[in-house]
Amino acid sequence: MTTTAVRKARGEVAVRLPGAWGLGLQHGALEIKQFFRQRDQVVFTFAFPVVFLFLFASIFSDDVQGAGITASQLYVPAMMAAGIMSTSFQSLGISIAIERDEKVLRRLRGTPMPPASYFLGKIWLVLVTGLLETAILLLVGTTLYDVDLPSDVGRWFDFAWIFVLGLTACALLGIAISSVPKSGKSATSVVVLPFLVLQFISGVYIAIDTIPDWMLNIGALFPLKWMCQGLRGVFLPESAQVLEQAGSWEFGRAALVLGAWCVGGLVLCLLTFRWKNRRDG
Amino acid sequence: MTTHGYELAVDVRGLRKQYGDVTAVDGIDLGIRRGEVFGLLGPNGAGKSTTVEILQGNRGRDAGEVSVLGSDPAHGTRAWRSRVGIVWQDESAPAELTVRETVRHFARYYPRPRDPEEVMGLVGLQEQAGSRIKALSGGQRRRLDVALGVIGGPELLLLDEPTTGFDPAARRQFWQLIRKLSDEGTTILLTTHYLEEAEALADRLAVIAQGQVVAEGEPTGLRERYGTGATVEWTEQDGAPRAERTDTPTRTVAELMRRFDGEIPGLQVRRPTLEDVYLRLTGQEDAR
Repeated sequence: MTTTAVRKARGEVAVRLPGAWGLGLQHGALEIKQFFRQRDQVVFTFAFPVVFLFLFASIFSDDVQGAGITASQLYVPAMMAAGIMSTSFQSLGISIAIERDEKVLRRLRGTPMPPASYFLGKIWLVLVTGLLETAILLLVGTTLYDVDLPSDVGRWFDFAWIFVLGLTACALLGIAISSVPKSGKSATSVVVLPFLVLQFISGVYIAIDTIPDWMLNIGALFPLKWMCQGLRGVFLPESAQVLEQAGSWEFGRAALVLGAWCVGGLVLCLLTFRWKNRRDG
Repeated sequence: MTTHGYELAVDVRGLRKQYGDVTAVDGIDLGIRRGEVFGLLGPNGAGKSTTVEILQGNRGRDAGEVSVLGSDPAHGTRAWRSRVGIVWQDESAPAELTVRETVRHFARYYPRPRDPEEVMGLVGLQEQAGSRIKALSGGQRRRLDVALGVIGGPELLLLDEPTTGFDPAARRQFWQLIRKLSDEGTTILLTTHYLEEAEALADRLAVIAQGQVVAEGEPTGLRERYGTGATVEWTEQDGAPRAERTDTPTRTVAELMRRFDGEIPGLQVRRPTLEDVYLRLTGQEDAR
């Protein structure tokens, strides 16, 4: 654990305060422990995108004309992207709003805890749950819906940065939106609505080539569209590029938008994060 | 910082806080000496919690000087926070973790924490150490709150209505705990609206009403200063109860003895309790 030397207010004695990185790891371990102890939450968090994948990929399974793929194959990367967003954006947005409402945050603020360690702990939780979610969806996709794992290293590298940047951007946006609901009770509705809308206009539920352009353009302002598109590039054959709005996977642009959201999301968090409920002033 | 030869842990002068049109704290002065248990007493809405929250650094103020352990709480550093323990009025802890996991985790935030096992023993939670927090009773949760408040080995402990909702036995146990902490040298500020609690624990206390300090001193001193006179109660021949406030109760009783031949029915002479003094000071006398 790293330590910081700080001079005590009264003089002479120097106190060593525990460092944010080490505390963040410890906090992350506790967050993960708490998450997995709530069985119903675990089951529903992981089952949700899997059930949706099963429904959509089974209902729409025809060949997509001229793209060399089936509709089911399209839903696998789409649901992976939505899964990453639900474990980061949705779960953080709701859980932090509840923690704020239940004054867990206020109590932490009253200790000498460095604020960064709280966020690091959340990031560890999101990383573990996001990886698990993605692995489950990939398993279902490869066994049931004919999606092939990429064979070259370059594609796996693309997968890695899309996962990390997408997860980080969505996690930061989740932390930011947690300050919007007035209470823990309203958190779910406040967080789920924008997530649902984004899923419709980013090509998760509806195939990208059937969504009106103006909707796609709005979707393109947010991370989810680029996560979907990037993951299609990783897991679908090159022939499927014809379905894209630009006719290509646009990896460069995806990296740029996701990277920009990481920076913008961080700024948004720093500007808007509140340790207390509005009622508490 | 010293005043009258005492080193002050908390020094507040002219503190003011307004919420919209409502003045919650209206010019409060407080001086809490190192090592003492100080009681802040007052009815609901008197400004107790607002005052304590300002001392915690958890709420801003509109005017006044505040020094807590030599620092302004509005600019409290991590090092300063590590010296102040807080027990809030309404707490919640992570339901899925055990008592031991939680206490150990909070210990990590502090540069020189107390031993978690020792602290769980101190608050009487050693038997529940392995239990999930969601399985604890209300009183046990409150003791966990105190454990988390003292785990850092604070020089100053701020307790906001710590025993609200306790049954009498739990309250007595809690008092023992506060005395133990005080014996160890912790300075304690405690808000309460239980008179007996203030009387049992506080070395000195301040009564606040409508955002102002209306009386300050040792509990017995307050009673002597503000609790003059006595109340004589008896029952008239027609069965009607009577009560008379007087500075000369003996004379009143002598007169009654002349009127009643023999026993005076229902005779009682009451010196004012601290509660009477408190109700008079806070303008709630009619509640009696």
